[in-house]
Amino acid sequence: MGEPVISMRGVTAELGSRPVLRGIDLTVHRGEVVALLGANGSGKSTAIRSVIGQVPVSGGEIELFGAPRRRFRDWARVGYVPQRTTAAGGVPATVTEIVSAGRLSRTRFGLFRKADHAAVHRALELVGMADRAKDSVNALSGGQHQRVLIARALVAEPELLIMDEPMAGVDLASQEVLARTLREQVAAGTTVLLVLHELGPLEPLIDRAVVLRDGCVLHDGPPPKAVGQHALPGHDHVHPHDASGAEPIRTGLLS
Amino acid sequence: MDFLNYAFMQRALVSALLVGITAPAVGIYLVQRRQALMGDGIGHVAMTGVGLGFLLSTSPVWMATAVAVLGSVLMELIRWYGKTRGDIALAMLFYGGMAGGVMLINLAGGSNANLSSYLFGSLSTVSQPEMTAICVLAAFVLLVTLGLRRQLFAVSQDEEFARVTGLPVRALNLLTAVTAAVTVTVAMRVVGLLLVSALMVVPVAAAQQLSRSFTATFAIAVAIGVTVTVSGTITSYYQYVPPGATIVLLTIGAFLVLTALATPLARRRARAAAAARPAGDPAECSIPATRGATDEVGV
Repeated sequence: MGEPVISMRGVTAELGSRPVLRGIDLTVHRGEVVALLGANGSGKSTAIRSVIGQVPVSGGEIELFGAPRRRFRDWARVGYVPQRTTAAGGVPATVTEIVSAGRLSRTRFGLFRKADHAAVHRALELVGMADRAKDSVNALSGGQHQRVLIARALVAEPELLIMDEPMAGVDLASQEVLARTLREQVAAGTTVLLVLHELGPLEPLIDRAVVLRDGCVLHDGPPPKAVGQHALPGHDHVHPHDASGAEPIRTGLLS
Repeated sequence: MDFLNYAFMQRALVSALLVGITAPAVGIYLVQRRQALMGDGIGHVAMTGVGLGFLLSTSPVWMATAVAVLGSVLMELIRWYGKTRGDIALAMLFYGGMAGGVMLINLAGGSNANLSSYLFGSLSTVSQPEMTAICVLAAFVLLVTLGLRRQLFAVSQDEEFARVTGLPVRALNLLTAVTAAVTVTVAMRVVGLLLVSALMVVPVAAAQQLSRSFTATFAIAVAIGVTVTVSGTITSYYQYVPPGATIVLLTIGAFLVLTALATPLARRRARAAAAARPAGDPAECSIPATRGATDEVGV
């Protein structure tokens, strides 16, 4: 097992006065693909946002590439894909312009050289959006927009990818492109920590699943294996004997 | 072109030109951050600076710059720490700034004429030292808005992501605020503090009707800015109308014309995009990744 890339020890965090993380321990080693799972409000987004310094931590320690997060400056090694929001900037921007913003960590004073322009083009090719390079991002579908955000994270050629629900609201065609892109990155040795609502099409890639509940780690180990028909993406346990109209009981870890 | 023979008109035209360039150049970042009215707020705060300038018998332009910069830094700090009550704090800052300015000008024995020349601009009375101040300040604004355009774009587009790329987000936000404050005082003599925000926002909104990229929006907005400020100044020379109001009305006119022109253009683009798509390619639609509670089949 490689050296730890992310290491969280006893991390606690509050939003307002409500505790959201209550002592999270999580280590991601080099080359691993770790999925953070859990119900809405279990603290999975807060956990990864605390890793990148977007959520103030009230206790515990976080290390990135062996350095305490507060002193970590080598951000070009980290690619971040935020949860896609419908809110765009107030001014139109092209796909190229958005992806170029991700390359700033590799440039000096924001000056782009030939290699930087080439990297932008390569990142767009990785996600199959090179033909839309000059289009406004406002003209894209949800899935295409997500692919642009992933290109923006990949353009700095990061060693660690942190993704917050990359599959949320993404059409099937884009899901396949995203899964393939991620597979290529993982094959090239990239470490991945991603928040997922369910394993879905990424399931074969995932080495380890960490399940959160109420801000605590409930399970840390191999991803829950589903068999037979249960292995189909998006499968839920449905018990038809229940009173009709009742919320189906979802017994899976992911429910 | 006889107006070019007058020194006051030369100064007026140069000031108008500089405002036409700088106001949209800063305004585009404010619009991108959805803080279109920030320029208006800074304008209110700058009024206290003008009042202080009168009271202390120093240059109102430099005093307004100092106070507007302080005010913009304060606004940025309120945005960081204010959270829930932030908008109330900003409102108090804006109106306190305006009321303070009116009070100070009154205490200094100034007249309503002084007051209105700062509120609505007084382009023909720009003096030589003020002209120098405007040139220096405009150079600073251009240096920041063009030199740091990639960084400012990234921060204004997605602050959270910008932080993860290691950009000094707070410093860049402060710089944007300070640059906006400087632009407000550059524009103060041309269109006045109450109309400054129009020149920062409306050319950008007009440019967006035609453009798909940030770079093109920037260029078109500056072109619109220069066109309206210079033509507004010349119009006011011949027609004896107030230049500030003329410029702002021309800008809004440009917005309306471009909006009218852009609607058929957008339709044609959409048709072209649809035609460019290969015939076998199905129209993109979002398919839910999982089955939800509502998908269950009854038995």
